[in-house]
Amino acid sequence: MTNSELNRFKDKAFQGFGIFCTFIGLIVLAIFLINILIDGLGRIDWEFLNNLPSRRAHRAGIYTAWIGTLWILVLSSVVAFPLGIAAGVYLEEYGKKSRIANFLEVNISNLAGVPSIIYGLLGLEIFGRVFGLGGSLLTGALTLALLMLPIIIVTTREAIKAVPRSIRDASFALGASKWQTIWFQVLPASFGGILTGVILALSRAVGEAAPLIVIGALAYVPFAPTSPLDEFTVLPIQIFNWISRPQAAFATNAAAAIIILLLITFILNGIAVYLRNKWQKKVKW
Amino acid sequence: MRVQERIIEGLLWLSAVITIFVTVGIIWVLLSESLTFFSEVSVLDFLTDKQWTPLFAEKHFGILPLVAGTLLTTAIAISVALPIGLTIAIYLNTYAPAGFRATIKPMLEILASIPTVVYGFFALTVVTPFLQTFIPNLAGFNSLSAGIVMGIMIIPMISSLSEDAISAVPKSLREGAYGMGATRFQTAFGVLVPAASSGILVSIILAISRAVGETMIVAIAAGQQPRLTANPLVPVETITTYIVQVSLGDVPHGSLEYRTIFAAGITLFIFTFALNNLSFWIRKKYQEKYD
Repeated sequence: MTNSELNRFKDKAFQGFGIFCTFIGLIVLAIFLINILIDGLGRIDWEFLNNLPSRRAHRAGIYTAWIGTLWILVLSSVVAFPLGIAAGVYLEEYGKKSRIANFLEVNISNLAGVPSIIYGLLGLEIFGRVFGLGGSLLTGALTLALLMLPIIIVTTREAIKAVPRSIRDASFALGASKWQTIWFQVLPASFGGILTGVILALSRAVGEAAPLIVIGALAYVPFAPTSPLDEFTVLPIQIFNWISRPQAAFATNAAAAIIILLLITFILNGIAVYLRNKWQKKVKW
Repeated sequence: MRVQERIIEGLLWLSAVITIFVTVGIIWVLLSESLTFFSEVSVLDFLTDKQWTPLFAEKHFGILPLVAGTLLTTAIAISVALPIGLTIAIYLNTYAPAGFRATIKPMLEILASIPTVVYGFFALTVVTPFLQTFIPNLAGFNSLSAGIVMGIMIIPMISSLSEDAISAVPKSLREGAYGMGATRFQTAFGVLVPAASSGILVSIILAISRAVGETMIVAIAAGQQPRLTANPLVPVETITTYIVQVSLGDVPHGSLEYRTIFAAGITLFIFTFALNNLSFWIRKKYQEKYD
């Protein structure tokens, strides 16, 4: 083989390897999803969604878990969305040059890299003990809200950054104040991007188990929570609990609950991708 | 009007400053609890004792076994994710048609969006039994399958950040290489990867940081036996798993056992904090500037 033939062979070989690598992850994912569907799909029925937890696998349901998940999502959104968007607006529109803004930026990137379980330790001490909220829904929601903040702030900033200077200048030229410009021009124009980030943060929060285990969310909660101060469990913790049991019937339950959890995650991500595409197409400056 | 503007700016500022309180809160919580811990257990013991048995009658507080478990699962994950992720980045950037790249990138992102508890189930019920068919002495809980699955999870992290770094290499360098008659393979490894090396390094460091802090996969599939070993076939325990294990039990609040999770937590925090800041530093210092 001549040198150039060898080079061409290497080139082709790497191309094959590249295709292999690109698909290997997706193939593994497909194998896994099919496996889960085979294991769990037959277990999902109306009763599985509406039954309380039970020691007997075939009578156990995910009612308390999905109600808990819903509560957590709503409560943490109420806290994280306004805070995150406001912080993003501040950093992008007001505090661009100041030293504190620089520090805030480094700080937020650092927070984004803190493992979720550390947020759990923070929530356990601050919300659980100092605020006296114990292992309640509120503790869990506040903890997850802090976890979501960096994601929302970063995407809000990117969305605002994409709004061109000319829109702002035009608004100022018409006599609008800074806040009027932000509220009537910049935020509506960047709405799609902000919403995408918010939904991605939600999809991240819905799958979190570790920080909630640390703050003291229980695996076994006999009744669905009815107020923010009640004890709770969420879908990922219920799944974790079922996986840890030796009986095969509980593994089937876990697979069924995973299908529900993945469904929620995929729907949220799907909405985010859809919004991003729609928004990118619509807004042409 | 002006007052209103001022108030709004103040509120926005406050929202941004809350993030500083979060950081301060994390450091304060970890420090205050672990300082009490270290008043009872010497730092030297903590760093050098080879056993971690705080929940047993005969207590040892050596963090090394937990650190070893964490590093072992992380090393396995990176050795899966790095070659695959980097190959994907190069393939998508230099070989794949644009349309293919546009469809495949969001699909790969799916891998990163799946909840980790789901990956844990996968590692325990699919990967471990599969590996056991040709590694007969593989334990039911082991770092190998947990690490492999964690590696699959972080593939998109390495592939997408590395691809960004490779795309940022100016076109002229690439065309120069092609003009000299280089193949795509030679261009990729002779020009693009070296030129994008700082960005690729950043992606690897962030992936390591992610793997070190990953909890549910290892808690489910790697076991709960603190063990100072490099053997991927036996159960180990990571720092994160230990925190979960204690949180699930009923260790009385304020006890020494309770404080161990904060000592473990601060160790974990130091690791990820150092890695994240190293990645910022590299990004700042070695930012390739072409004009």
